[in-house]
Amino acid sequence: MDEGYTTTDGRKIGGVVMEMKNITLRFGGVVAIKDISFDIREGEIRAIIGPNGAGKSSMLNVMSGFYVPQEGEVWFHGKPRPQMKPYQVAQQGIARTFQNIALFEGMSVLDNVMTGRLTQMKSGLFAQAIWKGKAEAEETENREFAEKIIDFLEIQAIRKTPVARLPYGLKKRVELARALAAEPKLLLLDEPMAGMNVEEKEDMSRFILDVNDEFGTTIALIEHDMGVVMDLSDRVVVMDYGQKIGDGTPDDIRNNQAVIDAYLGVSHD
Amino acid sequence: MSDQFLFGIEVVINGLMAGVLYALVALGFVLIYKASGIFNYAQGVMALFAAMTLVGVMNGQVPFAHLINSILGTDVHHFGWHIPAVIAILMTMAVMILLAWAVQQLVMRHLVNQEPIILFMATIGLAYFLEGFSDLMWGSEIKKLDVGLPQGGSFWIEEMTAGLGGEGFYGFFIDRLDIVATVIAILLVVALMLFSNYTKEGRALRAVADDHQAALSVGVSLNFIWVLVWSVAGFVALVAGIMWGTKSGVQFSLSLIALKALPVLMLGGFTSIPGAIVGGLIIGVGEKLFEFLLGPALGGATENWFAYVLALVFLVFRPQGLFGDKIIERV
Repeated sequence: MDEGYTTTDGRKIGGVVMEMKNITLRFGGVVAIKDISFDIREGEIRAIIGPNGAGKSSMLNVMSGFYVPQEGEVWFHGKPRPQMKPYQVAQQGIARTFQNIALFEGMSVLDNVMTGRLTQMKSGLFAQAIWKGKAEAEETENREFAEKIIDFLEIQAIRKTPVARLPYGLKKRVELARALAAEPKLLLLDEPMAGMNVEEKEDMSRFILDVNDEFGTTIALIEHDMGVVMDLSDRVVVMDYGQKIGDGTPDDIRNNQAVIDAYLGVSHD
Repeated sequence: MSDQFLFGIEVVINGLMAGVLYALVALGFVLIYKASGIFNYAQGVMALFAAMTLVGVMNGQVPFAHLINSILGTDVHHFGWHIPAVIAILMTMAVMILLAWAVQQLVMRHLVNQEPIILFMATIGLAYFLEGFSDLMWGSEIKKLDVGLPQGGSFWIEEMTAGLGGEGFYGFFIDRLDIVATVIAILLVVALMLFSNYTKEGRALRAVADDHQAALSVGVSLNFIWVLVWSVAGFVALVAGIMWGTKSGVQFSLSLIALKALPVLMLGGFTSIPGAIVGGLIIGVGEKLFEFLLGPALGGATENWFAYVLALVFLVFRPQGLFGDKIIERV
């Protein structure tokens, strides 16, 4: 399986982008993640699911550099990643969203999306101060890309609105736009559908699929809602109490006894 | 027009000019507060330190001369050269950037995620440290600062306006330094606005001000931004230091102008750059006009307390200031 595989709907999945190797994360005496390994392949939608408190968000925070695991290694593009700060991880091309939306509330939607372009901007302060040639061209180019993302996610109508005034569902979408603006090699979504109604969930699912389809973005997402995950993802990791209890295609997972037990409970008699 | 009325106008104009200087100090506070939520008590001392350093560099003074002499038994005081103002200003700016970096690395970095009151206490500590440090580095005597800015009343304006009034009116007296200060303040504010709205560092700075976590996730280094903010505040302190130093000499009471910036901030709001300007102008004009109109009836010297009383009134009726963010937490 080293050279990838073909999904049931005929998409070609490439080589390994990120690999988690024997990750263990502890908070004092609490073990949040216990010796978990899995990989994420180029172009796939990889889901991490599990009941509340299973350690899914912790795992995402390890991937994005917000948490540093006590044991194990994160491999990115075939090399072990040295310990780095979250902003350095972002500069490597890993964008993320947050479970409790973290947007720049005081800025407009467009400005928020433009911050996603920060990692793409190279001109020095001095060049920008003189504001000629390269810096100007760069700003225009980045602006065009931001507008493209805004169109893509159908938020043109609110481009100039301060984010603080938007309803929850739209904020989630703006956060996705900001992450996409960075042209990430790997996009991490922390419960993109949490707290949404059915219609909003359908919209968000459509956008996630479109993003994957249109930009070929590799996506890892955490979700609660089993139904959504099964429809969206190519492969699923299931976590429970910090341990990995399943890994495979949605069909494999559906028939996995350990997973069924974790979600429905087991009788102890 | 009656002479009394014309005199009133002159008072207002001079008030505006004084207000600009208050606004300059207040600006430094707003910058740091917006970006890091820290109320930097040391802003006034930073202006003092910048002005002292500038004078020292210009006159070729040996830093820490007293310390060196008492330890090594030497008798050095001056390098014996004079450095042109422009180069000295650039060198002072380099020192302010170094200071910004040191403050971030040695103090603020270790206090990330602490309560605002703890950060505030840290800046009080910084203020006292920096005051002593300036003393040790450059000595405590009052120094004259002259970077070549025009000073004294503008005869041109006086002559132009002398004809407006009667016998007893000799035209408006306006200090040319105040006019220069106004122009520089306007340029400074425009530059800051351009910086924060149109450069990537400015955008990153606004991002950090808004949400640390989100800023990290789009690849912004908090450490870098905070050094940048303290550097910009150092730059504003340098400009304020030059203006105040030229006006009234470089002396330790300069650090007390920071206290005058407090009512300005309460009026304008702690988070608004235009607020700092408007607040400064209102305080400047207000205290001059109040002294002019009611000063004699109240026994004079109202300028000492007027600003604080005005700030108190604002605290009661509009605590977020004229332009500040309204503090509403949705539940």
